[in-house]
Amino acid sequence: MNLWAYVLRRLLYVIPVILGVCFIIFILFNVFSPDPALLLLGKHATASQIVELRRELGLDRPWILQYLDIVKSAFTFDFGRSWSTKQEIFYMIKQGAVPSLTISLPSFVIASTVALSISLLVAYFRGKFIDKAGVFLCVALMSISSLAYILFFQWLLAYKWGMFPIAGFESGFPDFIEYIMLPLIIWLILSLGGDVRFYRTVILDEIYQDYVRTARAKGVGERVILFKHVLKNAMIPIITQIVIQIPFLILGALLLEAFFSIPGLGGMTLSAINSSDFPVIKAMTILSAIAYIVFSVITDVLYTVVDPRVRLS
Amino acid sequence: MEDTITITMNSKPKEKEKKSKSLWAHAFDSLKKNRMAMASLSIVVLYILIAFLSFTGLIGGEWAKEIGPAYDSPFWVKWMSGQAASFSIEHLFGTDILGRSVFYKMIKGTEVAMLVGFATGLVTMVIGVILGAIAGYFGGKVDEIIVWFYTTFSSIPGIMLLMAITFILGKGIIAVFLALGLTSWVSLCRLIRADVIRHKNREYVHAAYSVGASHSRRLFLHILPNVFHLVIINFSLTFQTAIKSEVILSYLGLGVQDRPSWGIMIDDAKLELARGVWWQLLAATAAMFVIVLAFNILGDALRDALDPKLKGK
Repeated sequence: MNLWAYVLRRLLYVIPVILGVCFIIFILFNVFSPDPALLLLGKHATASQIVELRRELGLDRPWILQYLDIVKSAFTFDFGRSWSTKQEIFYMIKQGAVPSLTISLPSFVIASTVALSISLLVAYFRGKFIDKAGVFLCVALMSISSLAYILFFQWLLAYKWGMFPIAGFESGFPDFIEYIMLPLIIWLILSLGGDVRFYRTVILDEIYQDYVRTARAKGVGERVILFKHVLKNAMIPIITQIVIQIPFLILGALLLEAFFSIPGLGGMTLSAINSSDFPVIKAMTILSAIAYIVFSVITDVLYTVVDPRVRLS
Repeated sequence: MEDTITITMNSKPKEKEKKSKSLWAHAFDSLKKNRMAMASLSIVVLYILIAFLSFTGLIGGEWAKEIGPAYDSPFWVKWMSGQAASFSIEHLFGTDILGRSVFYKMIKGTEVAMLVGFATGLVTMVIGVILGAIAGYFGGKVDEIIVWFYTTFSSIPGIMLLMAITFILGKGIIAVFLALGLTSWVSLCRLIRADVIRHKNREYVHAAYSVGASHSRRLFLHILPNVFHLVIINFSLTFQTAIKSEVILSYLGLGVQDRPSWGIMIDDAKLELARGVWWQLLAATAAMFVIVLAFNILGDALRDALDPKLKGK
């Protein structure tokens, strides 16, 4: 099968998955969830108020139409208005995307670079003390709740030592830097353990291959082997891992945004969750699902392009 | 023929015993040699014991009792600042806003953590094994539907699903179990499916078919024991992830109610830290750190011991 046919087939497979995502959202929020009219109006609503609100929100329409509404919004990106702020959701998302990416993009790039460098270091010293201590440290880092990290560092570095602003955000190039420093540090600590462990495993997988033994046998230095031979081959799973994380950047770091009052998508989603703002929750779920699906197609295609060993079947 | 076998078996019983060592016996031997793994295992057993004793009310039963003023600092902190204080185990981590012993809350929280970990692991296991085994074994349309289902499911960000599910089921510990279980079965399902596909055309399965074994017998009695090590490894992973996720659920206000949990304790710290009250965060984080670390190390050791592909690395 040629590559384009494969790409086309993968793209076509996106459609049933998006329909499935819409169906799950429909089941969760339209069929099984508590009546949103009751949630919005509170305990003392009269029956006529409830009926009226249900009509206004389109909840009295047949289920098949409600499902088709969700499907339509997934393809047109017209998500309607928020129940709590009454704003266009598409506009809210456009507004929130910039602060979210301001935090998540630099954090992601720096965290991935640091993690990759450390994993090369521990792989170079594999089996030695540095490696063992490094792996243990990674596991230890991963054993603490993310909420505990955020609370602790915000308290210690921002509140107690005053190194960073406690919370807040400003847009524009030099202004935002001081606001993203602390979230960036916390992001780094949160992702370091898992990333280093993953990259180390990938690199070690390559180090035990026959071609490395051959290179060593013909007298190539350990450093050249690591950077030229091993890294080149290990790059395939590493890039895959990096690409598949990109869609999660769109949602931003929910907790970080909430704690540092960053007006991004993550914070928006959390406040939508707190105020049962279904249209916003649905919109964010659909958007992040679509991003995830699209990027997994990209990953798969990249894999087959870069690695000739992966057969198209 | 039979006679000779009996004779050899009787004459060299020791050698026969050595040869027939199963994967599990091998795994147990290598676990026993791994001191870190054994230490982790005893920590897990200790936590289970604490959870059990707290469940029966033998320890931590008086967590709701007021033992001193609100936000009373731990006795050892008083010692360090030169104040007089007597040693008492209930004041080990000071008191909370209602003057309750943080130490007893920590003990009582073990119960919730172990329950959440175990129940989530169980839900994950049941869904993941059944769907994965059926998809892998039968293939064809059944496989396509199940793959579509889990692709769809995994495209939706976990936090959205968690929220929607607890929203529908209402708050409470059962909702926590189900929400965490329903959001973490996909990876196990994938693994089981792939391994069942690898096994289903092996000779031992054909042999079972030739003597008339039914589909369910071949799948559950013959293939499943050969892929079950994946379930064990995954269980230890799910267990500790669930304990960490409980914190996030508590932060979102969707966690367990009416009884102390580490998640609620960590979440409480967001209001306490600014007043200099850090002992509740410390107690819950420390309790969680030890058990999650133990499960991480145990999980790694189990994978090394049970996954034959990794042997010798």
